[in-house]
Amino acid sequence: MLDLSKNYFELFGLPAEYQVEIPALRERYRELQGAVHPDRYAAGSDEEKRKALQSAAYVNEAFETLKDPMLRARYLLSLHGVDMELGAETTRDAAFLMQQLEMREDLEALRHTDDSFDTLGEFMDRVSGMIKALVSRITVDFETPSKENLEDARETVRKMQFLNKLYAEAQAVEAQLEEEFG
Amino acid sequence: MALLQIAEPGEAQAPHEHRLAAGIDLGTTNSLVATVRSGTSETLPDHDGHHLLPSVVSYSEEGILVGQQARERATTDPLNTISSIKRLMGRGIADVMSLGEQLPWQFADSEASVPRIKTRAGDVSPVEVSAEILKCLNRRAEDSLGGELSGVVITVPAYFDDAQRQATKDAAKLAGLHVYRLLNEPTAAAIAYGLDEGADGIHAIFDLGGGTFDISVLRLTRGVFEVMATGGDSALGGDDFDHAIAGWIMQQAGISNDADPMIQRRLMHAARHAKEALTEADSTTVVMQLADDSNWQGELDVETLNTLIDPLIRKTITACRRTLRDAAVDIDEIEDVVMVGGSTRVPRVREKVCDFFAREPLVSIDPDSVVAIGAAQQANQLAGNNPDGEMLLLDVNPLSLGLETMGGLVEKVIPRNTTIPVARAQEFTTFKDGQTAMAIHVVQGEREMVDDCRSLARFELRDIPPMVAGAARIRVTFNVDADGLLSVEAMEETSGTKASVDIKPSYGLSDNEIADMLRASVAHAEEDRDLRRLREQQVEAYRVIEALQAALTVDGDQLLSAEERAGIDAHLNSVIESAKLDDVDAIENAIKQLESGCEFYVERRMNAGIREAMAGHTVSEFESSEDDSK
Repeated sequence: MLDLSKNYFELFGLPAEYQVEIPALRERYRELQGAVHPDRYAAGSDEEKRKALQSAAYVNEAFETLKDPMLRARYLLSLHGVDMELGAETTRDAAFLMQQLEMREDLEALRHTDDSFDTLGEFMDRVSGMIKALVSRITVDFETPSKENLEDARETVRKMQFLNKLYAEAQAVEAQLEEEFG
Repeated sequence: MALLQIAEPGEAQAPHEHRLAAGIDLGTTNSLVATVRSGTSETLPDHDGHHLLPSVVSYSEEGILVGQQARERATTDPLNTISSIKRLMGRGIADVMSLGEQLPWQFADSEASVPRIKTRAGDVSPVEVSAEILKCLNRRAEDSLGGELSGVVITVPAYFDDAQRQATKDAAKLAGLHVYRLLNEPTAAAIAYGLDEGADGIHAIFDLGGGTFDISVLRLTRGVFEVMATGGDSALGGDDFDHAIAGWIMQQAGISNDADPMIQRRLMHAARHAKEALTEADSTTVVMQLADDSNWQGELDVETLNTLIDPLIRKTITACRRTLRDAAVDIDEIEDVVMVGGSTRVPRVREKVCDFFAREPLVSIDPDSVVAIGAAQQANQLAGNNPDGEMLLLDVNPLSLGLETMGGLVEKVIPRNTTIPVARAQEFTTFKDGQTAMAIHVVQGEREMVDDCRSLARFELRDIPPMVAGAARIRVTFNVDADGLLSVEAMEETSGTKASVDIKPSYGLSDNEIADMLRASVAHAEEDRDLRRLREQQVEAYRVIEALQAALTVDGDQLLSAEERAGIDAHLNSVIESAKLDDVDAIENAIKQLESGCEFYVERRMNAGIREAMAGHTVSEFESSEDDSK
């Protein structure tokens, strides 16, 4: 049915590069699911059903990983022999950490301002701008995957983790505000 | 040959390749069954032409009633008549008690974690009540399709958690149905719309039923339905509108909170009636018969209604906002908003949805039947009747799945809105030296603390080889299948020690309970089937007797000698006698004897008939009724 030993890029017929065309990725995803999804084997044997379930789950995992900039970077790093433990390793960049602390305080303070929604919108735009800058940096790193560049990509992923988390927290605040005032 | 021809309905039909499949919308208020016939999906009516089956089961003195007949007993026999059972599916006694004041039934104090309602037919669980509704729909489908269903697709609210899904599947099992798939209701509606209109793009499905609310955002690309995010409330629906109106009536009419079940039922009835009237009118008169049989009468206008239900509608809009955020979609990217569920008939709901999405919602398919129609289409495809079908549904899990960690915190393993099927693993380790067992507690929900989430299962991984703290590597794998059902496996990786559970929720039924119920229902099913066969044979016997007597009156004297006539009369009498007894085989046998004993007479009648036909008559005239003898 599906060769589960293929890596995610091979599975999607893509070169193992950081830059990915999302529409092409999505198109290929639909084709793959169209072939392996359990619904295609509703009348099949138990063995076929089990394999279909496994394959569909694998395709979903691959798609989730490849479409997400941080997960894709980590996955590509692992293909280059750099294994990261997300959540367990953190950046030592003091200036970046300081900035993160300040931004967190900003977010906390923002709940109590008069025009919370507007300020929050600006705040979220700022965070997503920073994330985009990191994505560009990783893209450059992977263009020439030297040892130093891979190390730089790893460090950048660590930072991206912070920003993703911050963005999620901002969304949670937004949801809370909406429930209070919406 | 028509006179004594006996054909079992169904037998006469030639078998064909088409597999019979149906889609079932098991709703809070009404249920439906639909199927695809010659390419079109249609809901199936009962014998009286009604498509909607009220989701009401009444345990009456004469047996179990389902649907309209049951609903008619709601006010006269409230304790034995169960409606809106969907709200209790997969819920624990504590949850049920929290709804307590609104439920007119009595619950049995049972040891089991599943609530059981006391009825005159004994204590029944929500799964059993739902199974009765499913059986009724199954019979309707089989009667109208003329054969056994090879499988069904049953719809569930997208926001149903694992326990509620499992309970639905258990009910289907109990009803003897083969479930191809549990399908999320908004996704089913999208199929009905999408395949009809062939519209690629992003769509929002707003599904407000009797007791549940779902909002799904999905992308349709050439027959592939990708759910991007789903949200909702599995305990919010038109019933809550009714309760709000009932509260207003109680206040206005001075009815106390501890009114008896019959008054409560009347209140709900009056409330629903008023709500329905106000979809057309600006104001309606509410009449309520009080406990002392006097009538209270009052006016409810649309403004007051809106004030009562606005807080409920606001909840749905908040959920829409969150779901759009989860889907990372802006309002202006949405192509269409589709309205599903009977409660979207309430004008205020349409108005608010229209305001939020800044466009007129689509209501071109009947909101009551759209879910069943979509389910029938998927059932048809899963049955293999549409081998060239490109349709593919990629759905998501509505609620995050996680594990309890130290301090009662939840560690999420699969976040909400992850496309299913999915398999995810998380690694844990021991925290004490020499620790040989680890408790695994699986929860579902968005909150940080275990106590605020729904507990799905607890199990233990034992026989971990003693190691220093932190050395063991325990890998817990969550698998969610295409129905959205979870199974969990834990393994200590250095030793290969394994433990696993299919999530049989803490609120669910044990396999033994299901087996017992199945046995009971199979026994009943046999009784039911035997009884039905007997009735059918008796009916057949009377039909034969009448037809023969009518024929004999017409031409018995002309065509038969006295001796022949006596022979036929003897056969006839034995059929008459057998029909009075409860012996199917005896009746069948007597009919056969009569048939063969009458063969020569039938032949003579046909010949006579041909002669008559030449004189301008037809054979059927001799059979049809007594009046023809002239």
